[in-house]
Amino acid sequence: MDYLAVVAIELSTAIATLVLIAAGLAIIFGMMRVINVAHGEFMMLGAYATLMAYTAGLNLWISVFIVAPLVAGIWGAIVEFLLIRRLYGRVADTLLATWGLSLFMIGAVTSIFGNTSKGIPTPLGAVNIGQYSISAYSLVLVLSAVAVLMATWLVLNKTRLGTVVRATIQNPDMAEALGVDHRKVYSRTFATGAAVAGLAGGVLAPISGVVPTMGAAFIAKAFITVISGGAAIVAGALSASVVFGGISQAVTFVSGAVWGEAMVLFVAVVILRVMPGGFSEFLKGKRS
Amino acid sequence: MTHLTRRNFVKTGATALVSGMVSAPFLSSRAKAAEPITVGGIHDTSGILDILGKPMAQLARFAVHEINQAGGLLGRPLELVEYDPQSNMQLYGQLAQKLALQDRVSVVHGGITSSSREVIRPVLRRFETLYFYNTLYEGGVCDRNQFAIGTMPDQTVANLMRYVMKTHGKRVYVLAADYNFGQISANWVKKYVTENGGEVIETEYFPLDFGNFGPTISKIQASKPDAVISILVGATHLGFYRQWAAAEMLSRIPLASTTFGAGGVDIKQLETRETDGIINAATYVSGIQSKANQDFLTRLNAFYGDDAPFMSELPCTTYEGMMLWAKGVEAAGSLDRMKVIEALESGLSFEGPSGRVSIDPATHHTIRDVHISELSDRKWTVLETTQQVPPTATQEVCDLSADPDANFQHKL
Repeated sequence: MDYLAVVAIELSTAIATLVLIAAGLAIIFGMMRVINVAHGEFMMLGAYATLMAYTAGLNLWISVFIVAPLVAGIWGAIVEFLLIRRLYGRVADTLLATWGLSLFMIGAVTSIFGNTSKGIPTPLGAVNIGQYSISAYSLVLVLSAVAVLMATWLVLNKTRLGTVVRATIQNPDMAEALGVDHRKVYSRTFATGAAVAGLAGGVLAPISGVVPTMGAAFIAKAFITVISGGAAIVAGALSASVVFGGISQAVTFVSGAVWGEAMVLFVAVVILRVMPGGFSEFLKGKRS
Repeated sequence: MTHLTRRNFVKTGATALVSGMVSAPFLSSRAKAAEPITVGGIHDTSGILDILGKPMAQLARFAVHEINQAGGLLGRPLELVEYDPQSNMQLYGQLAQKLALQDRVSVVHGGITSSSREVIRPVLRRFETLYFYNTLYEGGVCDRNQFAIGTMPDQTVANLMRYVMKTHGKRVYVLAADYNFGQISANWVKKYVTENGGEVIETEYFPLDFGNFGPTISKIQASKPDAVISILVGATHLGFYRQWAAAEMLSRIPLASTTFGAGGVDIKQLETRETDGIINAATYVSGIQSKANQDFLTRLNAFYGDDAPFMSELPCTTYEGMMLWAKGVEAAGSLDRMKVIEALESGLSFEGPSGRVSIDPATHHTIRDVHISELSDRKWTVLETTQQVPPTATQEVCDLSADPDANFQHKL
């Protein structure tokens, strides 16, 4: 019984982690169709922002939930202005440009802060469940993921801002005709995606450690989740996270980490073969 | 690419100036004698391996400095020719070739991972340039042109398992990095656990980019081992130590490792409450209480000041490698490769910060002390020392005195 509870908590932690990793990319790639290969580095930036703020003496929760998204969001706006803005609709060019951006960010952070950092200790201690003990921080991960999904859904579906954003992404010319500055909308949407990625980096920093190359561990999972998720931002990211997080963790419990990771890739291939949703539409340049 | 610090520049400049002045009157006879002996160093001071390579390169420089201060070798100063392979295996091959053919160095020290060693070793063997590999590795290389100064699993793992079985109990749970080093080391752990009458409950392998250890920690809690053995490697795997501490397991199940602390930087990356109580086995930790070690640390800190590295096993064995080579040259009275090898094969030893280190003539590995230590507040306290541990497993498969042309690696 205790063991079941522990497995359930680990499952929800894995799902929440995937939601966090994928959410920013779901906005930038899922909505805007910008292949942001530097997504992992936006997360890394959030983690470093958290680390710097925390080391400077700021409260950990402020560092994680305010500083990290703020820094990554501002950087996202700058990147959009200097780079992405010129490349909308040019898929291969965006891919190369953001790849270069990711290398630049890794190099810049390495030369400023070095290859290693002290990291942030995991706060909150442990919770006992029978003979098991689990890091209480898992709960923070789950709550953050729920909050990110809820906020995205509410903004997109229940506010005027969300309607304008969706309209602009769907048909920029028409939105322009109705008096919307599409550049502004694009820029802000990209910055929001970057901020969410930064938040994810901040939230994950205390359990993963902070190094310049940390983004590499997230990027593949983020893309697999978002692509398999398909066109619906919130429902897609959530369902893909539930399936992949659930499978990877369940398999890890039974047969170890290597099989857990392998199983996710296998299932992703099968899903995309059976339901070619997101990826095929993207190749044809259609939007649903 | 050659590393030329201002200090080194001034020093070599000064040495050259002094030796120039000294030899000027006897130009014809002494000029050749004052020419520096070139020594090659290949350590990754950039790229992913730089956390290990930087302190190793620093200690190679420090060793050369100390030898020069004591008057050099054969009346000539040493000059370190350093290259940075940037954690790139392709560069390793090119640089080894450059050191052997263009710089014509007397010896090459360096290489960190086993893969880099296997790039350098054949090159230097072909060009008949002596090679010192100063890093801990999985063991079993049999090559008369190479001296392996680091520790072997049969030295560290064997003692660590004996200690864990004796102190904490017979059932262990093993976590290992999923590549050749982790797999081979896990095999060693299993061998020594079984030999001590213990049992490996489970061995789990983790890809180097795997960072979520939640399920593993729950599984460990379910199987209640007497100790957990970590052969985890790299920055992402440090997540295990964080998550282990966050689940408050550090005080409940003992955690022992042969990889944690080897480079030194991992200790600095974690909080003390995430590492207090971790046990390791190594030939060197900074907490060794001998006078030799205390003096060594004082000299090192005086030389580097604020830049002094956090001392751990890899930089220490790099220092010892250089010193042992110097002993070999002195004993041979020559730089000739075969003469130096034969001198080292007389079983030369060096009394260093880790204790006495002797060359095992038959295997070209080392006989050395192994310390079991516990970490507390970023300081290692030595709990138990086993003196003069021979490289038994390599001895079983390698005898260079019987087969001097041997060139292979035996794997467990």
